[in-house]
Amino acid sequence: MSDRNGETAAGSAIRLDHVVKRYPGAERAAVDDVTLAVEPGEFIVLLGPSGCGKTTLLKMINRIHEPTGGSIHIDDIEIHDLPASALRRRIGYVIQQTGLFPHIRVEDNVATVPSLLKWDKSRIRRRVRELLELVGLPPDQYARRYPMQLSGGEQQRVGLARALAAEPTTMLMDEPFGALDAITRTRLQSELRRIHRQLGQTILFVTHDIDEAVRLADRIVVLREGRVVQFASPLEIVTAPADSFVADLVGADDVLRRMSLIPVASAAQGGLTGRSSDLEEISGSAFLRDAIGQMVETGADRLAVVDEDGRPVSELSLDDIHDAVGEHEPAADPTVSAGDQ
Amino acid sequence: MDLRYLRENTDVIWEKTLEHLSLSLTALAIALPLALVLGILATRVRWLTTPVVSLVGVLYTIPSFAFMAFLIPTFGIGRQPALIILVTYAQVFLVRNVVAGLQSVDVSTLEAARGLGMNEFQLFRRVWLPLASPVIVAGIRTAFLAIIAIATLTGYINAGGLGEVMFAGINRAYPSQVLAGVIAVTALALAMDLVMRVLEQFTPVARARRAAS
Repeated sequence: MSDRNGETAAGSAIRLDHVVKRYPGAERAAVDDVTLAVEPGEFIVLLGPSGCGKTTLLKMINRIHEPTGGSIHIDDIEIHDLPASALRRRIGYVIQQTGLFPHIRVEDNVATVPSLLKWDKSRIRRRVRELLELVGLPPDQYARRYPMQLSGGEQQRVGLARALAAEPTTMLMDEPFGALDAITRTRLQSELRRIHRQLGQTILFVTHDIDEAVRLADRIVVLREGRVVQFASPLEIVTAPADSFVADLVGADDVLRRMSLIPVASAAQGGLTGRSSDLEEISGSAFLRDAIGQMVETGADRLAVVDEDGRPVSELSLDDIHDAVGEHEPAADPTVSAGDQ
Repeated sequence: MDLRYLRENTDVIWEKTLEHLSLSLTALAIALPLALVLGILATRVRWLTTPVVSLVGVLYTIPSFAFMAFLIPTFGIGRQPALIILVTYAQVFLVRNVVAGLQSVDVSTLEAARGLGMNEFQLFRRVWLPLASPVIVAGIRTAFLAIIAIATLTGYINAGGLGEVMFAGINRAYPSQVLAGVIAVTALALAMDLVMRVLEQFTPVARARRAAS
C-alpha cells in the first residue's frame, strides 16, 4: 500500500436512508427522517442554525451518536456491521475544540491512528512528516512541540493532519474553524479546499456560517429542525432557495453574495459584435463579482467573455449583471427537498 | 532539647524509620489499586459517584483508636490490622482525587480519542489516565503523608515503626525517647513529600507544561 497522497486516495460514497435520532425525553426528533446520497469525493456542507441537528447527523456517521432509526452506508457497508473503533479508524474526524492530546507532542498526536493500526515506526515517521508538510507546518519546526505551544490556527492544522493520517476516504468535520479569527479561518478554508482537491476524500463539514458553506461546498445540505430543507449547489441555494427559511438563512438578498456565486458565462447575454476584440476580457468561469470589479477599475460597461482557450464567446454588460442578480424568487421546484414542501 | 536518646540509639531509630517506611509503602501499594478501581467505577457509573465519595469520607471520620479497638477481636494486634486501618483512611484522599482527576479531563479530548478509533481501554491508557495523572499523583502524595502520620498511631498495637519508639518513651516517662521518634517521623514525612513532589514533575502533563512555559 502506497504512502503517497494523491493518486491512490479517493472518496467514499455515503448513503443515509431515513435516519432518525430521537433523544430520550425530547419532544421532537433531533434528526427526523433524513435521506441523503453523497457522491464519492464530494465536499458536502451541513448548514443550519444551532439545534437543527447538523452535528448530531454528522456524529451518527462515526457512531459517536447512535441513530434510533434508518441506516447509514459507507461504500455499501452498513456502518453498524463494523466494530465502532474499526469504523472510526477509517474516518477522519476533526472537531472545533481540536481535541488534541495536550500531554504528547505534535508528531505523536498526528501518529495516533497509524499507531492504533500498528504501522511500523519508520512508516509512521515518514507519514507524520509528509502530513505536517501538507498542512503547512514545517516538521523540523513543529513535530517536537506540544499543542500548548501552538496558536489556535496551528492547532487546528495539527487536528487536520491527525485526521488525515491513515488516509481516510471520509472526513467528518464539526465546525473546525469556528473558534478561529476571520483571517486564519479564510486561510484554512482555502487550504482545506486545496487538500481536498489533492486527496479527493468525501468530506462532510458542519457549519452555521453561510459564507464558509458557500466557499467550501460542492453541495450544501440545509437543515431545519432535524429535516433536510434543501440539498443543492451553493449557487442554487443562493439563487433559488427552496423556501423563505433558506432564503433568510443564506441571505439570498445579499447582492454581493449572489454576485460572488454566479459565473460570468451564465449571466452574459450579449452576442459577439465587431467591437468584441476591443473590449477588456474576462474568463467565463470568473464570477460576476470579479466582473464588476474589473468594470469599476477600467471604466468599461461591457466585457468580452472568453473561454478556456482565450477565445471570445460572448459579451457581458452591466444590464446582464443586473438581470442575473435581480431574479431571485424562490424556486417553484427545489432541486431536492424533504418534508414540508 | 534532650537529644541523648537519638544520639545514643541512632541504629534503633534508623531501623524503626525503615520499618515505618516499609509499613507505609505497603499500605499505599494496597490502597492505590483499590482506590483506582473505586474511583474509575465511581466516574464511569454516574449514580455511584456520590455514594462512593461519601462512603470513603465517612470511613475517614472513624476515630483511629476506636478503629484499632474494633479490629483487635478479629485481627489481633500487629501489622495486619494496622494495614487495614491505613488502607481505609487513605481511600478518602485517593478516591477523591482519582474521581476529580478523571472528571477534570476535557470531554472534547475524550470524544476526539473515541472518534479517532480508540477502544475504551486504549482511551483510558493513552489519554484519560495520563491527563488525570497530575491530580491523581497529588492525591497519592497527600494519602502517603496521611499514612505516614497515622502509622505512628498504629505503633500502639505493635505494628512496628516510629510509633513504637514514641509509645515506649511515653510509658517510661522518658521525653528524650519520645522526641527522637517525633524528629524521625517528621524527617521521614518531609523527605517523602519532597520525593513525591519530584515525581509529580515526571507526569507527561507536567512535562508538556514545562515545555510550553
